[in-house]
Amino acid sequence: MHGTHPTAPEADPKEAIDDGWVVAGRRFNSRLIVGTGKYRDLPQTAAAIEASGAEIVTVAVRRVNLSDRAAPMLQDYVDPARYTYLPNTAGCHTAQEAVRTLRLAREAGGWNLVKLEVLGPPPLLYPDMPATFEAAEALLRDGFEVMVYCADDPLAAQRLEAMGCVAIMPLGAPIGSGLGIQNPAMLSMMIAQAKVPLLVDAGVGTASDAAIAMELGCDAVLLNSAIAHAREPVLMARAMRAAVAAGRLAHLAGRMPRRMGADPSSPLTGLIR
Amino acid sequence: MAGWGCGPEPNFKLTHYLVGTEWGDHIRGMSDPLTLTLNGEARLLAAPITLAALLADLGLDTRKIAVERNEAIVPRSAYGAVWLAPGDALEIVHFIGGG
Repeated sequence: MHGTHPTAPEADPKEAIDDGWVVAGRRFNSRLIVGTGKYRDLPQTAAAIEASGAEIVTVAVRRVNLSDRAAPMLQDYVDPARYTYLPNTAGCHTAQEAVRTLRLAREAGGWNLVKLEVLGPPPLLYPDMPATFEAAEALLRDGFEVMVYCADDPLAAQRLEAMGCVAIMPLGAPIGSGLGIQNPAMLSMMIAQAKVPLLVDAGVGTASDAAIAMELGCDAVLLNSAIAHAREPVLMARAMRAAVAAGRLAHLAGRMPRRMGADPSSPLTGLIR
Repeated sequence: MAGWGCGPEPNFKLTHYLVGTEWGDHIRGMSDPLTLTLNGEARLLAAPITLAALLADLGLDTRKIAVERNEAIVPRSAYGAVWLAPGDALEIVHFIGGG
């Protein structure tokens, strides 16, 4: 872009600073939500979450192991007073199971903000949208604030939003696949229509995937395996933190147009002959 | 807490006061044991017992768990008022790592 000033004069300087995002009336600075599963142990979980800079962490609800009372608990390593716990319904394959799980989560944690996911069978674990609608309706009626994992289906997203879900969270690729953002065009269309935060949830494999999701205009990214299954999870957590921040800034900055062909970066005038 | 407790009244049950003593073991052996399902496994308990007492026996920090009894949530504030009954199915859950 030779011949123009490097900063756009009409740009609002405030827009260059990311002042965070709001979901269900709560403001968060970090646009990275991380899962707490699949780590080697709880100390590694704590270290990776710390390095990610995340303020919201997803957690699962499971039976207490009554045969090993001395087993360390997640809360001892990931302080619920410091991090917003977002209980999920992982492993739930019916609306009834999901609603039951989140009612228990609300009693255990004492808050209403939850992540709903109702999944179809392996190996895809693709969102079961009819069951998701059913569970979302029951949860919303029961006073929950529902962040909902869903298919990259604009009509489903609109319906969930109209029902009152507080965030729409389509997949970028199947859960745990690490395939990256396979559906940028569809996600862009969903972002354009969304009036509540839209997050990519599932599919991110490495830092560039997270950056791509943010460049598309997502409000935040939710991931777990990409950090937990990296060779060095804590290092990857730092990478994800940087990638999400970079992707957000790039989105705010507005990328240059693509063109088929070259455009010289140096002036063509004043060349020596 | 009417509606929660369907177990026997607590007062003056010898089994309650003599648990862990020779007398208690003897008397309990003659009374009906309380059998319930705890996280999917059958358990035999010395009756009468409240949910709060059971959780204390299990060594659980009630601030970190939630309890479902026969598929209905038991509010934490009601643990002391819930008398467990034969055939009860309890689910005791907590948060663990998850994506």
